[in-house]
Parts: sequence; structure tokens; C-alpha cells
Amino acid sequence: MKVLVGIKRVVDYNVRIKVRSDGSGVETDGVKMSVNPFDEIALEEALRMREAGHASEVIVVSVGGDECQQQLRTGLAMGADRAIQVRPEGEVQPLTVARILLAIAQREQPGLVLLGKQAIDDDCNQTGQMLAALWDRPQATFASRLELAGEAARVTREVDAGLETIEVDLPAVVTVDLRLNEPRFVKLPDIMKAKRKPLEVIEFGDLEIAPDPSMAVSHHAPPPPRARGIMVEDTAQLVAELKNRGLL
Amino acid sequence: MNAPAEPREVMAYDVVIVGAGPAGLACAIRLKQLREEWSVAVIEKGAEVGAHILSGAVIEPGPLDQLLPGWRDDPPAICVPVTRDRLWYLTATGKRWFPTPPQQRNHGNFIVSLGSTCQWLAGHAEAAGVDIFPGFAAAGVHFAEGGEVGGVIIGDMGVASDGSPKDTFTQGIEIHAPLTMLAEGCRGHLSKQLIRRFELDADADPQTYGIGIKELWRVAEGKCSPGLVQHTLGWPLDPSTYGGSFIYHLEGDRVAIGFVCALDYRDPEFSPFEAFQQFKHHPAIRPLLEGGEILSGGARAIVEGGYQSLPRVEMPGAMLIGDAAGTLNVPKVKGTHQAMRSGMLAAEHAAEHGTAEGFDERLRNSEVMAELRRVRNIRPGFRRGLWKGLANAALETVTGGRRQRTLPNHADHTALERVSEHAAAQRAWRERDLPPRDRLAWVYFAATEHDEDQPVHLQILDPEVCTTRCGVEFNHPCTRFCPANVYEMIEEEHGLRLQINAANCVHCKTCDIKDPYQVINWVAPEGGSGPNYQNL
Repeated sequence: MKVLVGIKRVVDYNVRIKVRSDGSGVETDGVKMSVNPFDEIALEEALRMREAGHASEVIVVSVGGDECQQQLRTGLAMGADRAIQVRPEGEVQPLTVARILLAIAQREQPGLVLLGKQAIDDDCNQTGQMLAALWDRPQATFASRLELAGEAARVTREVDAGLETIEVDLPAVVTVDLRLNEPRFVKLPDIMKAKRKPLEVIEFGDLEIAPDPSMAVSHHAPPPPRARGIMVEDTAQLVAELKNRGLL
Repeated sequence: MNAPAEPREVMAYDVVIVGAGPAGLACAIRLKQLREEWSVAVIEKGAEVGAHILSGAVIEPGPLDQLLPGWRDDPPAICVPVTRDRLWYLTATGKRWFPTPPQQRNHGNFIVSLGSTCQWLAGHAEAAGVDIFPGFAAAGVHFAEGGEVGGVIIGDMGVASDGSPKDTFTQGIEIHAPLTMLAEGCRGHLSKQLIRRFELDADADPQTYGIGIKELWRVAEGKCSPGLVQHTLGWPLDPSTYGGSFIYHLEGDRVAIGFVCALDYRDPEFSPFEAFQQFKHHPAIRPLLEGGEILSGGARAIVEGGYQSLPRVEMPGAMLIGDAAGTLNVPKVKGTHQAMRSGMLAAEHAAEHGTAEGFDERLRNSEVMAELRRVRNIRPGFRRGLWKGLANAALETVTGGRRQRTLPNHADHTALERVSEHAAAQRAWRERDLPPRDRLAWVYFAATEHDEDQPVHLQILDPEVCTTRCGVEFNHPCTRFCPANVYEMIEEEHGLRLQINAANCVHCKTCDIKDPYQVINWVAPEGGSGPNYQNL
């Protein structure tokens, strides 16, 4: 069984996000970029399946300019067998990515598509669900535990009320949550090996997919700065201040 | 339980370079220019190249012209030609214009972000076939059978704070190479070990240091004059403390502002961080920052000993280059050109001879050392205070350093006076309201990150000293000289306890240098830990 894993290049979680002064987006100049942490967890799970003998091949795929090859190489260094980069045209929105992943899934015929539950840059949480619908296959989102049982997968989902366990027929789309596993560290010799692993580049135009301009971003803005606080002398003053502001 | 002692995996290279700073990267590029067939690896403890790089920085382009002749057509992302120099002497409330000394005239130089310049250099190095491994800390030295340096040992990943392996435990590998270049920058922890082991400093004065604290600001529109280079002397430092500020105007309303204090300051109550924050509130400086915001910040120790403190820069199997050796030119307030030069020279030596032997002599006969020799007496002259120091500097400048005598350097950790003997300084420090509020708020701008569940990388060799002698005599100076608030004395039932907030550490190395009892030993944490500087 092949496992297809989506990888997104995002601003690293340690970076303090700055909105560009013209509101056209966030600052990415001189900013550290990484693999979306949820995608890293998805890849780790796929690698463990292969190591346990449940998967035969792990393919990482990313939609982005040539700079995302860096993140695909990280995926290869972690242990993926090969990588696919789809070079997009214009802005990329979740529906476009889902359509691209569908085209790749139809070509590769994976038994499982593992995706992060969301990317930490736009927090959309849409791609996995859209792909499942387009592909007409079951979906299991927010996975914190994943077991394969023959032609099905048993997935424990993190839901508001607690944990929910469902069974889905394969092939399926599973999006992963934080607690599924802790990704491995990349070993230095594996970075060298990753340089020799196959990385295929596909042009968006060759996939014959309609781009999706259905969503338009009007502008970006940082949250308003917090107003300066005051130091209160005692509880009486605290209560008075809260009443003053209509908070009590 | 300790990590399992399985034999480590080994990778072999012709040359391994520790540290992807200007010295290491210039060395790597030059090696590939001269010996294309050699395999060259660069190990970098920062999560990416530039993450641990912090400098002013105004650079002299000479060595870059030599290394990459076409670089001006494809410069680093941040690179502004210097247009004007200004030097002010500050009193607590006013400023006086001061003539710019010849060493500090910057015509023909460039204001850069050294972090982004290193990323750019790394691109050139990789294109030349160098393997760069960011996120991997060289934790130890690999010694070959004959006792010579034979490479480095990469630190283990996934070790818990008690030393036991976690589920993610990944053993570090060994990189073996006939030649190791130590380009760790100021007070490198492997360099420190090796200088001691091979007694490289036996014929040198003690090394001396400073601490530089820097912030990158986006100032209100119209306040930035790209290309302007400003320096100040005087307030908030007292005349017995050597140091000053820099303000470099970049493009895009960005201004790099920083403060450097020599670490031979005597006042045990002094805090370099507070001095920098006070400086920002001086009436001559504050208007520039008002209405602006901090983009990033950090701190790094600076090597100041120069000519008379330079250790032997070769040992069997390895060479010291850049600030790991100590090639910075203090009166020029520049080190990048010297670091690159020494790195390139090491590469040339390696390519010609295939050994470290003879590199010390070669460096001492080079322009690197000639430049240090000319200015060797300027920095130590300030030991007698600002005004005598300036008079001495003027004399040394006029004579071009040709006078016979060489003033000695003294170890910084011996400079602190005891609380009982030190008259509290009158500093005229004011209430602050510009960000950051305190050191914890400031560390946020360094984006520093360490997995909390790992062994503390600031080893206290004798914890007893902290609560007893050092506390009584110096009132716990570690709680003030650290810009990141790593050291805290917590009051408990049985007395004071030293708490080390290692996760805050920005890898500046000041504690390793200034601690009066030399009980703090800085070792490398898990690779990829530490600050994530942006454009510093």
C-alpha cells in the first residue's frame, strides 16, 4: 500500500509573525520557513506504517514554488521514498490544493492519504475534507490514534466531547492532530541520502485542473495593540475599576 | 540512566568547519575555489544559517571583493552603502558632536544584516558544492589516535533533562576530517576546550570581551535616513566603563540600534541590558524610536583582546579562524572583514599544505595581524578611563601603532569589584516606557527556543560558590550581566537557590566570560535550539 503525505511550506512556528505594513500579507523576507508541524506528524505516522510493514512506499507531495523543494527534501531526509512538487500558477487556495491532490491520488492510487489537520499559516482546515469529497472516499479528521485493520483503518478522533473512534474503509483521507506522535529528528547522513532520492516536478498546467479563485483575501491586519494596564492598590480599587468599565 | 553508548555513525570529509558565520563560510567557499575535489562540511548549531548571527553591522567589502568578485551585482538582501558618519558624546541630558576617528570612517563600506549576509554566503557555498548542516551542534571534539583533532562529534538529540534517552532519542554522528576549522565565533565552546588542551594561549595575554545587545526597529515614516551611521560614547556608561552605541539606518524604515559594553566593567551592580535600554531613552535618541516597533533583538559577546590576546591559531589537525581566534578590530568596531580574511587564509593554507602546521605563522605575517598590530594599544588604553583612553587612542592613531610598547590585557572576570569596596555609581537613569518592558519581554524578540526537557546547557561547576562567596562579595552578578534573565536567585525556606532558565538563553556566552569565579560552563544544547534571529 502506498501512502501519500501532503507537505506545506510555512513560516516556522518560532517566528514572530509580522504583517507587512501595506497589509498585503505577512512578512516572509528573511523569515525561517519549515514543514507545517501537522504535516510532519502525518509523515511520521506514514513512516511508522512502512516500518511496521503496513505500507510499501511513502510519497510526499507539496504544492508550491521551487523553494518548497527544501521542505520536500526534509521529508525525504526523514525517510519518505520519493517526492512530488506541483508548481502552481497564481494564488493557491484549499480547493485548488484538494483538486491537485485528487489528480495525484488518481495517478498514484494510494491506500491512504495522510494530511495535517490544518496548516499553521492560514489555519484553514479544509483541504483534507475537500479532497475526501472530491475523491468520494471516507474521511477521518483530527486523528490522535491510527490503526490499520485489513481493508479499513480505525481512527481515534479528538472531538470537543473527548475521543471518538471510527472505522473507515480504505482508501481514505486521514488528517492528523498534534497528539498522534512525536516526529523523529533528521539524522545528518540521511540529509545526504535525501539529495539522491527522486523529486518529480509537475506543472500545474499539465494536470488540467481549473484554478479556484472563489475566495478573495481583502487585506491582512495585526490584532490591535493591547492598551496599557494600570496597577491597582487593593481589591476595593480593582472592583471599582471593573465596575467602572462595566465588567462587573 | 545515561544514553546508550552504541558506536556512533561516522561520516568522512576532507575538511569540517564548525560554525556558519562569515569566517566559516568564507573559508568553505575559498576551499572549494582552490580544491574543487575536496569534500567540505559546515556544521551550524542554529536552526538555520543566520539564526545565531548578530552584528551591527557595517562591513568593509575588501575580502568580499576578493572572494566573490561579482558580488556587487547580486548583493545580500540587506546591503546599504554608508553615506554619512556621526559620532556623539552623550551626557545624561545632552549631546556633543565628536570628530569621527579615522578608523571609524566608513566611506565605501556597507550596512548589512550579518545574519542575512551569512544566508547569502551559504547560498554561494552550497552552489560551490559545500554541504551545510544547520540544526546540528558540534558538541565535542573527535580526537584521532595520535591525539590530534580528527573532527567533531555531533550532539545527541532527544535526551531528557535527567540524561536519559527519550522516545525520539537520536544519537549524534561523528564527522571525521583530516582538518577541522573552528569558526564558532567569540568564546566558542569547542575552541575554549582546545585552547586549554593544547595550551594555545600560553604566550598570549588573557582574552578580553564585550557584550553587544541589538534591536532592529521599524521606525515611524520619515525618521530613517538610509546609509547614516551613528555612534555614541559616554552616557549611560560611567567614564571607567568602555563601550558605546551604534545606530545604523537601513532601508524600509528599518534602523539597527545597539549597545556594546566591555566586560571588564567593575561595578558589580551594573547591568548591560539596562544600560542599553537607558540609552534608548536619552533625549537625543528617543525621538527616533517613538512611534516605532521592535522587529527583532538579540545579544552576543564580542572578542576585544586583539593582537596581544590572540592565541596560537593552529594545533594538530585544526585551525582557529575569525572570532573563535579573536581577529576583531575594536577601534574600527568591525570584525567581519577580518573574520572572512582569516577564513580565506586558512583555506589557502589548507589547500597548499594539507595541514594546520604553519598557519599560525602565516596568519601573523598577514594583513589580518598587521591590522590588529596597528591598533593594539587603543583598547587597553581605556582601562584608565574614557578621557585618558581617548588621548592615548589619538596618540596611537597618529603614530600608527609604531611605538615599541604593547599595553597588556587583563581577564574580564577579575575586573569586578566587591560590593563592599565599590562606591555605588550615580547613573542618572530614568523611568523607561519604550519597549521592551524587561528582559523577559525582550527575549521574546529573540524568538529563542529550547526543548525544556533536555540537560541544562549552562553547567555550574560549583553551585556552592553562587549562594555563598559570589553572593556575599558580588551580590549575584549573573542575575544582571545576562541579558536574557537566565539566572535568578529564588528565595526559599532554607535560603537562596540559583534557578537557571536555560530555555531563555540567547547563546551570547557572557556568563561563561564574566562570572567572577568562572564556575559557569556553556556547552551546546540540542542542535537547532537557541535564538531564531531575523535580519540581525
